[in-house]
Amino acid sequence: MKITERLGNELLFFDGGMGTLLQERGLEPGELPETWNLLHPEIITEIHQAYLEAGSDIILTNTFGANACKFHDDRFSLEDIIRAGVENARKARERVQEQAKPGEEREIYIALDMGPTGKLLKPMGDLDFEEAVRAFGGAAALGEACGADFIHIETMSDTYEAKAAVLGAKERTSLPVFLTLIFDEKGRLLTGGDVETAVAMAEGLRVDALGLNCGLGPAQMLPILDRFREVSSLPLIIKPNAGLPRQREGKTCYDVTPEEFAGLMKETVARGACLAGGCCGTTPAHIRAMTEACRGMRPLPVTEKEETVVSSYGQAVRLGREPKIIGERINPTGKKRFKEALKQHDMDYILKEGVTQEERGAHILDVNVGLPDIDEAAVMKETVQELQSVTSLPLQIDTVDAAAMEGAMRIYNGKPMINSVSGKQESMDMVFPLVQKYGGVVVGLTLDEAGIPATAEARADIAGRIIREAARYGIPKKDIVIDVLTMTISSEKDGAKVTLDALELVKNRYQVATVLGVSNISFGLPSRPVINSVFYTMALQRGLSAGIINPSSEDMRKSYDAYCALMGYDENCAAYISRYAAQQEPQAPAVRAGSMSLGAAIEKGLKEEAHSITRELVKSRAPLDIIQEELIPALNRVGDGFEKGTLFLPQLLMSADAAKIAFAVLKEELAKEGTKEERKDRIILATVKGDIHDIGKNIVRVLLENYGFEVLDLGKDVPPEKVVETARKENIRLVGLSALMTTTVASMEETIRLLRADKPDCRVMVGGAVLNQEYADMIGADFYGKDAMQSVRYAQEFFSGRAGVDKPAKPLYN
Amino acid sequence: MTDRRTKEALRYLGYGTHAADERTLELVRDCFRDLETYASAKSVCRIFDCVPAGPESLRIGKMEIHSRSLGKNLAGCEKAAVFGATLGTGVDRLMRTASLTDMARAVGYQACAAALLEEYCDEIQRKLEKEAGEEGLWVRPRFSPGYGDFDIRHQRDILEMLDAPKVIGLSMTDGYMLTPVKSVTALAGLSRVKADCHIHGCEECEKTDCAYRRSP
Repeated sequence: MKITERLGNELLFFDGGMGTLLQERGLEPGELPETWNLLHPEIITEIHQAYLEAGSDIILTNTFGANACKFHDDRFSLEDIIRAGVENARKARERVQEQAKPGEEREIYIALDMGPTGKLLKPMGDLDFEEAVRAFGGAAALGEACGADFIHIETMSDTYEAKAAVLGAKERTSLPVFLTLIFDEKGRLLTGGDVETAVAMAEGLRVDALGLNCGLGPAQMLPILDRFREVSSLPLIIKPNAGLPRQREGKTCYDVTPEEFAGLMKETVARGACLAGGCCGTTPAHIRAMTEACRGMRPLPVTEKEETVVSSYGQAVRLGREPKIIGERINPTGKKRFKEALKQHDMDYILKEGVTQEERGAHILDVNVGLPDIDEAAVMKETVQELQSVTSLPLQIDTVDAAAMEGAMRIYNGKPMINSVSGKQESMDMVFPLVQKYGGVVVGLTLDEAGIPATAEARADIAGRIIREAARYGIPKKDIVIDVLTMTISSEKDGAKVTLDALELVKNRYQVATVLGVSNISFGLPSRPVINSVFYTMALQRGLSAGIINPSSEDMRKSYDAYCALMGYDENCAAYISRYAAQQEPQAPAVRAGSMSLGAAIEKGLKEEAHSITRELVKSRAPLDIIQEELIPALNRVGDGFEKGTLFLPQLLMSADAAKIAFAVLKEELAKEGTKEERKDRIILATVKGDIHDIGKNIVRVLLENYGFEVLDLGKDVPPEKVVETARKENIRLVGLSALMTTTVASMEETIRLLRADKPDCRVMVGGAVLNQEYADMIGADFYGKDAMQSVRYAQEFFSGRAGVDKPAKPLYN
Repeated sequence: MTDRRTKEALRYLGYGTHAADERTLELVRDCFRDLETYASAKSVCRIFDCVPAGPESLRIGKMEIHSRSLGKNLAGCEKAAVFGATLGTGVDRLMRTASLTDMARAVGYQACAAALLEEYCDEIQRKLEKEAGEEGLWVRPRFSPGYGDFDIRHQRDILEMLDAPKVIGLSMTDGYMLTPVKSVTALAGLSRVKADCHIHGCEECEKTDCAYRRSP
C-alpha cells in the first residue's frame, strides 16, 4: 500500500539517528557521513536493518548532506553517493523481509533524506533560490530513479530553503514529499518564522506530511506539537533528539534514555503525532522502546482547519476575524512619481513605500508594478524579493500578467495573497494551476465574460462559480477571498448599495473572507476622503475582512480605528487610546521663521525643523537662492567639520537627511515655477561580487546625492559584467566600488580590469574596510577614498575637471 | 555617565576619545533598544585538541593552520575552544530597512550591533573560562580567521566543525563572509599555564594606525 494511503489513518514509525552511530563506528569529525555509503556500505545497511528490526516502518537513506550545494568530495560523485544510499536501504529492507515469518510481513518504506544546504539564501546570503531548487531537485530525481518511496526533507531552519526543497522535489519527481523543520524552545525557526507561518507555507505547497525534527528533545517538542495541531490540517511528524545536546569532553552527548524516550513519545502520539521517530542521539534501542510502548495506539484524527491565512517568512495574518488593512500604495495607477520610479528602476523608492505602510499599520502589502513599457515579470520578481528583506508583512501579488504572477509566487517566501482571479474561464484556467502549485490565498473578482453584474445576487453567483472551480484544483474555500467590486457612485447611483448587499450575501452564503478596493467609490467626486471613509465603515459593518486602502490616509485610519474600538476588536480600546490620546494635547508650535536658520537646522540634523523652515523660506525667497545661500554653505560646514574631526559620521548623516528634506521642498517649488533641474553628473556605485556588506556603499550614496550627484546604485554582490554593461549603456564616467574583505578585493580588481578594457574613459574610485592606498594602487583604481567625504570630494574634482580628466586612466598594475 | 557598550558603539562610529553630542547618544540608545527586540543571539562552542604540526603550524581537530600570529597566540595550549556566535537575521533586516529610510540610524545599528556582538563574545569567553578553570585550564584571548595571518578561508572548517548552519543558523558566502552579517567565529587556546596577560583583541593588533583602535 502506498504510504499516502496510510498517512493519518495509522501510526507509522520512522528510524532514529544516523550520525551518532557512525561516529561510534569511527566516522571522523569533519568526514562526510555520506561517503560511507560507498566506503562502508555494510555498516550503513546494518544500521538500517537494526532500525527495521526495532520496529521502524520508514528508513531514511544516508543522504542528509547529498545535494550539489553542500556535497563536495574529490573521490565520489553525488550520483554514486545517492545511488548507493538508496541501495543500502533497499538491501536492509530485503534482508528484513526475507527473515520475516509468514504472516508477519510488513510494508517498509524508503525515504530519500534531504537536509539543508548549509547556506543562506539571497538576499540575506548568497545562494540563489533557483540554484537551491536545482540542487534539491537533482537529488530528489536521483532518489526516485533509484527506487525511493518518498522524499523526506528535514532539519530545515529557514522556510525559504524549505520551499526550494519542496519545489525541487515536486517538480522533478512524482513522489510524496514530507517536510520537517527545526524549531527552538520558543517555537521559532532560526530565521524568525513560527509554527503558523511554516504551516501556511508548507500546506500551500501541498506537502503530504509536516512536522518537526532535531534541535529539541521529546519533552520540549510537546508544546510545539500542540501548536501544530491547532493550525495544521496535515498528518504530523515528530522526530526529536534524545534530549538537549550537552558537551562532554569535547563530544556532543544526549541524555534521554530509551525508556524515558519511549514514555515521552507515547505522550507525543497521544497528543497528535501520526508519524514518530528519532533524530540526533537516538539509537535502535530508543526506537525499539518507542515502538513497543506505542504499538497498538491509533493517531488522533487529522482535522481540516478552516482559517484563511496568508504568511511571510515571519508573520501569518488571518483573514475573517478582526478586519485587516491591505496597503494599496505600491501601485503606479494615478501616481506620477511611482511610475517614474518604476521606469528608472528606483527600487529604493518602491521599498520605502512598503516600509512606510508597515509603519502606518498595514497588515498586508499589495504589490502592483504593471506599466506598459517595463518588463513586468522581471520587475515584479525583483520587487517581491527586495520587499521581503525589508518588511515582515505578507504580500499580495497584484498582476494580470501570468509570467509575473508565477515568477513572484515562486520566489515568495511564504503563502502569498494573489490579486486576482475572476469568474472568466480564461482567468481561472490561468490562476488556479498556479495556486495549486505554489499555494496562496486568491482574490476572486465577481465578474465574468458578461462583465460585472448589476445585482448582488448575480455577483454572489459568480463567487460561487469561482469557489466551485477552485475546488476542482483541490484549492479549498478558505484559500479564496471574494471581492464583489466597488462601483463608482458618480456614474452608478446604486453602486454602493449593490456592492454592500453583495458583500453581505457572499459572506453569509459561502462563509468566505472578503476584500474590497475601497477608494474607487468616490472617483470623480470632490473631497474623496469624506466618501471613502464612510463607505469603508459601512463595508466593515457589512462584513468586509480586509479593505485595500491607503494606511497613511487619516480619514481611513480613523474609520478603521473607530470600527475596531466599537466592535470590541480593540481590547480596552488600547490601540485607540494610544493613537488618539496624544492628539488632544495642543500641537507644539511650528518653528517660527527667524527663530533658527535653515543652515543651523541642517547642521544640527533636525529634519522636521529643516522641513518647516524651508516651507517658510520659499514664501519670500527664490528656491535657487536658498540652495546657494543656505543649503550648500551648511553642507560645506558639516563636511569640513567631518574632515577636521570635529563632527562624526552619525552627525554627517543626520545633516544629510535634513538637507535632503529641504531639497525635496525646494524641488517641488522649482517644479511649480517650471524651472527645469540642472542635469546632474551621474555616478555608478556597487558593492562588488561576493560581497554582501553594503553599508559603506550606502553611506557614500547618501552623501553623493546630497552633493547633487545622481547615483545609479547597483546594490551588493554585483557581477563585474553588470557594472561594465551599465557604465556603457548609461555612458557613465565615474564608478565607485566597495569591498569589505580580502577575498572580495579580487572581484574589485576584475571589475576594474573589465572597465579598463570595455569603457576606458571611465574612472574608478574604491573604498572599504580592507583597502588602503597601496592596495588600491595595486588593483589599478584611480582613487582611494578613506571615508565617504573623500569620495564626494573626488567626485566634485573629477566632474569639475580638476582631477586630471584629460590624463589617461591609470594603467593596470604589472 | 557613558556605559561600556555605549563607549564601544561610539568608538565604532569613529568618535575615538571625543565626547559625543546628545543627538548621537540618543541615536545610540534607540539603536540598542531596537536591537534588544530584533537580535536573537545564539552561539555554539566546542573543544578540540590542539597539537603542533610543524613550524608555524598547528592542528585543531581536523583543521591544519599555518599562521605565525596564531602560533604565537596558542603556544603551549593543549586544547582550543572553537566557537561561533551570531545576532541572527533580524539584525540584517533592521539594518537594511534603516538604510532605506534613515542612514544615520543604519550606521547606528551597525555600530551598536558590533558592540553587542563583542559583549556577547565576552560573555561566552567568561563562561568558557569558568568551565575550563574547573579542569585547571586557562583561556587565551580569542582569535578569529582573518586576523593577522590566520587565513580567512578557515572560516569554512570552523563552521563545519561546529555544525554551525544547523545549530545556530550561521553560514557563509562563497567569499567567506559570515551570514547573518553580525556574526563571529573564533578560537581560544586552553593551556595549563597561565599566560602573562589577558587583554582583548583590539590592543593586540599590529595595525597601530587604525582609526578605530581602542587606546590610541
